Amino acid sequence: MNEQALLGLADDELIVGWRDSEWTGIAPMLEEDVAFSSIAQNEIGHARAVYSLLSDDPDALAFDREPEEYRCAPLVELHLLEWAHTIARRWLYEVADEIRITALKDDSDPAVAGLAAKIDREEAYHRMHAEMWHERLRDEPRFRAAVEELWPYALGVLPAELRGELVSRIGLDEVEAVERGTHTDELGPLWEEMTVVRRSAPAGAQW
Amino acid sequence: MTLTEPRVWEALEEIPDPEIPVVSLVDLGVIRSVDVENGHVRIEFTPTFLGCPALEVMKRAMEEKVAELGAEPEVEVISDDSWSTDRITPAGRAKLRAAGFAPPAPREASAPKLVQLQANTHRCPYCGSTETRLENIFGPTPCRSLRYCESCRQPFEQFKTI
Repeated sequence: MNEQALLGLADDELIVGWRDSEWTGIAPMLEEDVAFSSIAQNEIGHARAVYSLLSDDPDALAFDREPEEYRCAPLVELHLLEWAHTIARRWLYEVADEIRITALKDDSDPAVAGLAAKIDREEAYHRMHAEMWHERLRDEPRFRAAVEELWPYALGVLPAELRGELVSRIGLDEVEAVERGTHTDELGPLWEEMTVVRRSAPAGAQW
Repeated sequence: MTLTEPRVWEALEEIPDPEIPVVSLVDLGVIRSVDVENGHVRIEFTPTFLGCPALEVMKRAMEEKVAELGAEPEVEVISDDSWSTDRITPAGRAKLRAAGFAPPAPREASAPKLVQLQANTHRCPYCGSTETRLENIFGPTPCRSLRYCESCRQPFEQFKTI
């Protein structure tokens, strides 16, 4: 897989992990507080591992770029502190991510394929979490509306050749995608917050 | 005395897992290989979960241990899928159980499924009953789930199978 695509994967995991972590301490129930914190930790760990394949300085890749240089899909940037939308994104993202990681396990570069297989083992638990919530909310109008609203963004997570499978798994018609390479207005404030320590202590923060 | 590989393994056996100190890094099966050559010790180490915050602590502990043996350490972190919970040793499993952590179920050919977690097949580490239910897929660290034993009414932590 080419470096830009790997960077897109790593940026997706970093930013979705950041968004998931926003539920830490304020999720609607304690179990979900624990779940979202744990999922966020895993996603950011995946980002670190992929950045480490691309560079000897993963922190520089994660924190030293300008917002417009990130390659994440707009889906993960959205600030969604509302439960139906949050679960809709988790479900859509996990299905798309599974399709992408499955393809990556067959990559011709053994380092990429090996890492994808390791990520896949951990993601199995995120998928269970998404599946459990999908089962619970699938007939709720609020949840259906959130899925439809986020659907063009979900398509943008995958390259065109992998979208057919997402269409059949989610069961909605293919529409015009909100493509990777464009950014929402919500990335800027996230970036400000995410990089504040790094920018205030460029030589490395001491705790 | 020349430093030998078994001596290094023995020393590594003394390093506790930072999050579950009842088991050592050797019990966890995260040390893939040890090579000793001319006072230089190379260790290949596989993280359990990629986001594990204890990774750096484990790496440093191994480096310090090797330095104590008078050798120069080199610890390489291998991020492939060669580690799975099946690598936890029988001794490690017994120690986990004794400390109230249910050891992971053996890995099957396909990834674990929600129905398996929801099934009554996971054994309570306190009373041995399989009348246990899933409370939360996630727990205090990425490697654990939370379960509740209906028989002895004790919540417990279940090591995830990965």
